[in-house]
Parts: sequence; structure tokens; C-alpha cells
Amino acid sequence: MKRREFIQQTTAATALVGLGGFGLQSFSSSPKKITILHTNDVHSHIDPFGPQDGRNPNQGGVARRASLIEGIRAENPNTLLLDAGDIFQGTPYFNYYGGELEFKLMSMLKYDAATIGNHDFDNGLEGLYAQLPHAKFDFVSANYDFSNTIMDTHTKPYKIFIKNGIKIGVFGLGIQLAGLVDKNMYKETVYLNPVEIAQDMSRILKENEKCDLIICLSHLGYNYRNNSEKPSDLSLAAATKDIDLIIGGHTHTFLKKPTVVKNSIDKNVLVNQVGCFGINLGKIDFYFDSAKNKSSEGVSILV
Amino acid sequence: MNFKNLFLILGLLLAMSCKTQKDVSKIEGKNININDSLQSITSIENFIKPYRENINRDLDSILAYSVDTYSKSDGHLNTAIGNLMADVIYEEADPVFFKRTGAHIDFVLMNHGGIRSIISKGPISKRTAFELMPFENSIVVSKLPGANVKELLDYLAKAKRAHPISKLKIVLDKDGYLAESSVNQVPIDFNKTYYVATNDYLINGGDGMDFFKGSEAVYVLDYKIRNALIDYFMKTDTINPVADDRFIQLTD
Repeated sequence: MKRREFIQQTTAATALVGLGGFGLQSFSSSPKKITILHTNDVHSHIDPFGPQDGRNPNQGGVARRASLIEGIRAENPNTLLLDAGDIFQGTPYFNYYGGELEFKLMSMLKYDAATIGNHDFDNGLEGLYAQLPHAKFDFVSANYDFSNTIMDTHTKPYKIFIKNGIKIGVFGLGIQLAGLVDKNMYKETVYLNPVEIAQDMSRILKENEKCDLIICLSHLGYNYRNNSEKPSDLSLAAATKDIDLIIGGHTHTFLKKPTVVKNSIDKNVLVNQVGCFGINLGKIDFYFDSAKNKSSEGVSILV
Repeated sequence: MNFKNLFLILGLLLAMSCKTQKDVSKIEGKNININDSLQSITSIENFIKPYRENINRDLDSILAYSVDTYSKSDGHLNTAIGNLMADVIYEEADPVFFKRTGAHIDFVLMNHGGIRSIISKGPISKRTAFELMPFENSIVVSKLPGANVKELLDYLAKAKRAHPISKLKIVLDKDGYLAESSVNQVPIDFNKTYYVATNDYLINGGDGMDFFKGSEAVYVLDYKIRNALIDYFMKTDTINPVADDRFIQLTD
């Protein structure tokens, strides 16, 4: 409650400053811009690939990603930085330090939230739990029920951010663990149907929390052409409503640009994924106008 | 009501108007490549450095020497590198298994695809083990009935791939059918059960090795394949593996 009060007061103060500085006009006419930056499946790739690498020479690297993000934040402080899971496993940094360095660096880069990928269970629930003190960001996961595990209370189904008066809801979804991860690693973690959970989440975030922007951080995978039953980001987008952006992972899909999908009520959803190993950074800018300005022309999507 | 209060009310009204849901008017999306055109942030680089140096120091400390370069594509039905890997699994895992169960491993079966790199001539380090086995797979032992051992042999006869084996000997006739099979020079008895060491990927049916589904029991050794390799390299001065007659096909 205290926190909510504080936020309201802050909003009021901001509005007053706006009134003093620019007058009433500027409040309704200048669109607000929210920037969403995202990574997925970085898989402990902290160093860039070397010049001799056969596939990705001179690409990636956390210290370079940091400068890219810093530049974008300087341009627009109303930026969120998110990760769609599989932070762990892939280089000796993980084998030697168990994810400590990955979490510490993500904290230094000021990640706002991440979801949990299947490889984040590679050292078991205990291995993930042990590294949590190094993460200064939250884990969102709506369809893993950790109640009967050591991870209980250490993840949230969703998190709400307020940037420049825009309310942003971010919820997380994980992939089915049975058959993919050793049971000893995920123990009593219960996997819940991601489509049903996404429907619940988007309703809660839209109707109860009154979010202006709803983002799903998903580790389900982009698309399964030969297995249409298996939940994927594309099928999730089509089966839900009120989600604005699905940030995906797991399938290491290098999308040239975000995919636009029609949701269950024929509105556009963006689905994006940036491959793996910290080679690319996704950047989605949302511009908000007052309702009056918007209604005539609809949403223009430039991808 | 004084001027200050009026101002506050006006502010609150504005704040409330901000709290109604807002609509997106425009979206721009792109994916940005991270490459050497970007400057690294020095403080981040300096933070990583001690971790990197510590890992490299450990990974590159020399454990053994290899007299030659070995690749999994060197041979047809058995290769020097595959024989080395399977023999190492036997040598390192059998004492662990014996200590736990009082029984010995009869033979080892791994998969050809599980050898993820070559071994280069010269120094061998922990890095070599990480390259050979970058995954976290670990050693398990299956108590496998003779009928399933028969399926295992048929699988190998049909695959005609150098899936690494140890302590097992297989001879195919010139038509590719199973002619002989033995463990420690004793012909395989399909009425007996055998203790077969493999990895946790294959035991779950990986590479189509469905015969492991017939396992009467599975013993998890909590011993990673990579660690078995490292343990072996640490106590071995020079490696000099050879392709031999453990899996052959008769020519006439």
C-alpha cells in the first residue's frame, strides 16, 4: 500500500512539473515512448566469439552489449531490459561458477526481469536457488508452480513496471520439462498449460491491473511446424488476446525482424526472438498517444 | 481554497487522467547485431577478467600428451578416439560401480555422436575434455536382460557406426550379420543379464537405442563423462589409443 501511495504521489508531482515547464498542451500531444530491449538463450556466452570462429566471428560479448544498452538508455530512459531464459550452460563460465557471473553481469547491465529456461535447471533447483543472491532482477514464471520446491516464493507470475506513467505488465512462461530436463533437476516443479495461463495472465494484467502494455517472456519456442500441438510463441499469440509483445527463446531462432501475428480477436501481436549467445539484441519501441489522437488511424507497425 | 490548493487539485486531476489505460499508436521493432563495431565497457570487461583468467589457467594446465591427432571419422566400426573414450568410462566408472553395488560393469556402450571434437596431437588439458564433452551428460549403468543385449547387438550390426564400446567384442559376417559377440572373451549368453555402462542420454532412448527401455534397473553414478575424462587424463602421462578388433566385419 505504501508503495502504491508513493507511485501516485510521484505521478502527481510529475504532472505538476509538466504543467509548470511545458504547459497543458504538451501533456496530451507528445507521444510517450517505451523501449523494450531483450535477449534470450545467452547460454553463458560472456566473451565475444573470436575472429577465427567458424560461425559467428567477432560477434556477441557482454561488455559490448552493455555499451549498446547504455547508449539506448541514454536516448530513452524509459527502457526495460528483459531476458527470455537459458541464461545458463554453454561455456566453462557456467561449469566453473554455476551461473554466478552470468547473474552478476546481468545485474550490472540492469536487467529488469528474466524468465526461466530449461537449461536454467541444469544444476538442479538447488543450483538455480544458490545463484539467486547474485541476481538483482526478478524472475517471472506464471506456469511453473514451484510451491513444493526450494524455489517457492522466489519467482513471481508477473511483474509490473511503471515508466513515464505507462503501466507495463510482464509475465513469464516456461516449456514443458518432462522429457527435456532430468526429473532430479526440476523435482516437484509443476508445469501448467501455458496457453491457459497466458489467457489468465493477460486478463489479470489488462482488467485488474489496468496495464497499458502487456509483455510475455516466453521460453516455449518460436514455432513447431511438425508438431502443431506443442505450444509455441506463434500458436500462443493466435490463441490469446491483449498481449502486445511475446519475447521468445528456446529454439535459437534468429529472426531478421519481429513477426506480426493476429491474435484471437484479430489484433496484431508482435513475436520476437534474437537467436542465441548474445549475438543480437532485440529492440521494440512502443509509442503511446492519448486515446483521442489514436482512434482515427490505428496502430502503425514498423518492423 | 487558496491558489496552492487549486494547483494541487489540477495536478491530481491530471494524474488521474494519466491513470486511464493508454493506447499504443506506433511500434518500431528491430534486432541489432552485437559485434566489434561496438566499444566494450571497460568496467564490465575488468569485472569479467579475473574469472576468465582463473578459468583459462585451470583449463589450459597440461594434464597429459597425445602422440597423434585422433578423430571419430578415422575408422569404420571402431576408432582410436572412440575406443579411448569407452575404455576411460570403463576404467573410471567400474570402481565407483563396484564400490556401490559389489558388481562389475560388463561392458560399455556410448554413442558416436557423443564425441564432440578431435583430440589434437600434443598437450592435453581440461579444455580438451570440455571440447570432447561440452554437455553435462553423466554415466549410468543399466542392468540389461540378455534379450535386450541381443537387440543392442542387432542395433550395432545394423547401424555399422563406430559407436564406442569397451570390453565388448562384436564380429559381423561378410553380409553384415552378427557372427560372434563376447564379453571378456566369454560368448554372450542371452539368458543372462549384463551390467552395461552408458550415458543418461542413451538410457532414455537417445539415438534410437530403445533396447535400454528393457533395463531391469538403472544405477545413476553421479559421475559426469567429462569428469571421468579429466580424471583419466590427470593420471595418464601419454595417450596412444588404437583402432583394434573389438568391432569388425569379416571380409570373406
